Amino acid sequence: MSPAATTRLPEIIKRRESDLLERWIKEQLGAVTTRRDLVSESQLREQSREFLGLVAQAAGKSSLTSLDSAAWQAVRDMLGDLSRARAAQGFSPSETATFVFSLKQPLFDVLRQEFDGQAATLTEEFWTASSALDRLGLYTTEVYQKGREEVILRQQQEMLELSTPVVKLWDGVLALPMIGTLDSARTQVVMESLLQRIVETGAEVAIIDITGVPTVDTLVAQHLLKTITAARLMGAECIISGIRPQIAATIVHLGVDLSAVITKATLADAFQVALGRLGLAVQRAPARP
Amino acid sequence: MERIPILKMGDVLLVTIQVDMHDQLALALQDDLTAKISHTGARGVLIDISAVEVVDSFIGRMIANIAAMARILDAQTVLVGMQPAVAITLVELGLTLPGVRTALNVERGMALLRAEVESASRSLLGKADDDTQG
Repeated sequence: MSPAATTRLPEIIKRRESDLLERWIKEQLGAVTTRRDLVSESQLREQSREFLGLVAQAAGKSSLTSLDSAAWQAVRDMLGDLSRARAAQGFSPSETATFVFSLKQPLFDVLRQEFDGQAATLTEEFWTASSALDRLGLYTTEVYQKGREEVILRQQQEMLELSTPVVKLWDGVLALPMIGTLDSARTQVVMESLLQRIVETGAEVAIIDITGVPTVDTLVAQHLLKTITAARLMGAECIISGIRPQIAATIVHLGVDLSAVITKATLADAFQVALGRLGLAVQRAPARP
Repeated sequence: MERIPILKMGDVLLVTIQVDMHDQLALALQDDLTAKISHTGARGVLIDISAVEVVDSFIGRMIANIAAMARILDAQTVLVGMQPAVAITLVELGLTLPGVRTALNVERGMALLRAEVESASRSLLGKADDDTQG
């Protein structure tokens, strides 16, 4: 590969910018991977013009092989914003990267015209342009990936908040219907919200219903016991309900000691115990005359 | 030196910790409380820690110790008003305070303590009755 200093690419891009832009947009509009339903032609034109302008500017200041340098910062920023926006819009990774890769065809056409008959130089220029565009394309994909990961992370966070409601069943009785797998982070949130609600409502009994918990292992059991102990320290009693037969078997096989905790098969049974603790009872209303 | 006040209400001692506990303060409280129990012959101790925001393992152990000492001196101990953050900290430290009764606030703690003291004295009386009959 020849040193970047000998390349005439920056000068060619600058000189034939508008020509390149026309060809490029035609190329993009003709491609199958352009999502015409998600991005309008004027938007695409604006993005392409901005990108090409920034590339021409950066290529004039710095070499095409050092894309990590400060001169290329504006190009990287622009591509980053574009990828993130497209990831949020619902573009696929290849559709996003095609934005950069589709520049190859028009650029090579222009180069072929410029270096007509100089095969050796043409090959070298091809190589420089190709490798630079490849790296920019890969950068796009990387940012796209990061954008998607951020979305996943945010959704995880939202699920965490959604899935741990503490409901009041009666004056002094709280219920915590747990749904989904319990891990350390979730148990922490559950524990804090339960204890906070105990303080707010002054509830004496809290029912932890684990009907929606698919599996219980030693770690989950330990988390449950910690929550129950913390509630006891504050002066509230906990009842575990909704233990399915398989889970009961698992708990015994694992050797987890739940003897210090009141356990009930169903939420209804646990509620009855809770009412009993408060000195209340449910009874049939007297028959109407 | 600052001290935590111990109030006497009938046969119950009331300790309200309004400041963040440090080691010297906890040690002084332990001495004062045990002296006061044996001096007044109190049957119950109520410790209110609703204003305590921070605990460490030493303070946690001191609370357990104070409760155990009170029990030996024949006084029931009830710990009331523990904050969620304090409860979580104690559990994470492994200090689950097994022998200590707890309640959400002073009012409920007092009711619990009265019931405990009553049942303790009744069982004592019952035993005495059995002895005279036998």
